[in-house]
Amino acid sequence: MAEREQVNKPTTDDQPSDASAPAASERSEALKAELDDLLDEIDEVLETNAEDFVKSYIQKGGE
Amino acid sequence: MAVAKTLGLETEYGIVHRGRPEPNPITASSLLINAYLNRHGYETGARSESILWDFIDETPGVDARGFSPVGSMAPQVETHLVNAVLRNGARYYVDHAHPEMSTPECADPLSVVRYDRAGELIVQASVEAANELLPDGEELILYKNNSDGKGNSYGTHENYLVDRSTPFGQLVRHCTSHFITRQIFTGAGKVGSELPGQRTDEVDFQLTQRADFFEEEVGLETTLKRPIINTRDEPHADARRYRRLHVIVGDANLSQVATFLKVGTTTLVLAMIEDDAIDTVFEFDAPVAAIRQVSHDLQLCEPLLLTDGSTITALAVQWELLRMATRYVERCGTDNVGGPAAIDVLHRWEQVLHGLETNPLTLANQLDWVAKYRLLSAYRERHDLPWNDDRLRVMDIQYSDMRPDRGLAWRVGLEQLVSDEDARTATEEPPADTRAYFRGRCIREFPDQIVAANWDSMVFDTGSDSLRRVPMMEPMRGTAAHLATLFDNCDDAAELLRRLGALPTMGE
Repeated sequence: MAEREQVNKPTTDDQPSDASAPAASERSEALKAELDDLLDEIDEVLETNAEDFVKSYIQKGGE
Repeated sequence: MAVAKTLGLETEYGIVHRGRPEPNPITASSLLINAYLNRHGYETGARSESILWDFIDETPGVDARGFSPVGSMAPQVETHLVNAVLRNGARYYVDHAHPEMSTPECADPLSVVRYDRAGELIVQASVEAANELLPDGEELILYKNNSDGKGNSYGTHENYLVDRSTPFGQLVRHCTSHFITRQIFTGAGKVGSELPGQRTDEVDFQLTQRADFFEEEVGLETTLKRPIINTRDEPHADARRYRRLHVIVGDANLSQVATFLKVGTTTLVLAMIEDDAIDTVFEFDAPVAAIRQVSHDLQLCEPLLLTDGSTITALAVQWELLRMATRYVERCGTDNVGGPAAIDVLHRWEQVLHGLETNPLTLANQLDWVAKYRLLSAYRERHDLPWNDDRLRVMDIQYSDMRPDRGLAWRVGLEQLVSDEDARTATEEPPADTRAYFRGRCIREFPDQIVAANWDSMVFDTGSDSLRRVPMMEPMRGTAAHLATLFDNCDDAAELLRRLGALPTMGE
């Protein structure tokens, strides 16, 4: 069975170089900050009575 | 040889009628769709009802393996429920107890994403219109998911046109391995298990909504004993030339990248099967077990047993399929697999497999299961919750909440392949490059003269003694390239049909 290393890359360019690594880590920091912000505000958005909501979410008769 | 892939999605939405003591999902779904039709100008003036879907050619009980159903129930068609055909060529209807949107026929995977997103916008507009009709304290809420967490599932089905001459057994053989392993990027994520015989909390979080519901390898059913390969043989096209593969194993995706890859990779795999370009076969020893194993394995490293006794991971199968697809496109081009969009499918396919292999969390803006897992994990850590806490189940369901101010999927930074402006245009305009153009344009131009419509024909009343039926047996004919000028120059349906009669464009 062929190993996955043999996969022919669809492109020869656009491969990430080492130079892009700092950018990737900045991006990951930014994503983490976004996630923290989202968690700060999420309780405002979530259904208030979790137990009742989960219990009442019933979807019969599909397909 | 591979036929050009006509593509489409059918999405059943979960529906909640809040504030009503004994809500009826069928009534609620009808209200939803009728509210949209009335608000958006679908009254047909001369006729009291909107244009009817025509069921005359529908045969959902015919089996692709070549026999009629014996001892199994054919899916029921409920002709009395709301069933509308829209100006963009889509079908919007009540199916059992859910509102369902079928995209118009699309010619490439990006077009599928565009019309799937258009469907979401139509559903949101429907909710807005319906809620204005409801008494204070009542509202409809729609969810684009596939499970209620209590063992009830509803579907998101994919459709692909394939060559009738390809043996069905070949489709079964190769599609099964793709459907089992593509879950690593198509999954929408789910808290807990709904596998019969397993406690809900035996699984913390799994990749897909649907894997727990599949019990057979091949079959005709869609509502019980669901099979990995569905054999419904109803091509909605010339049955001598075409088959429509009706795929029921997928999840509803909020992520456009996931939808694009789900449809795009499957398109490539099908074309490779038709052109006999699959050089390595993966036959799973126990496909039903394997589909669950993959879904329940967040580490993406579960060895899956093959019939020859060796094992392989889902990721390794997907790398192999990508390798074959890359070579296939180099050799055969992209004409039958969606044109330039197919190149983008290959790029993203590789990028996503690479991300899954190195650090799946880097795909939180691209794949639903990763986005959901990342959000729920962070919330869980912050509040020190067990996975079976109801608040996490709420987040699971609310990820797919269609309300713009409540749905969590709208907030997690998912990459959009189609702008909302583009998708809004697609709520009114049909694809230019399939027969949906003919259907949609007729609905727009001559609503009073159309008696009925379905996927492969339209019935007109032009005032003469008999109704006129126009067959559309070729899904890639009836396009803007053929007919736009004709539509521009016809004042009514009678003239259109007269001039159409001289054109061999629609397929008989």
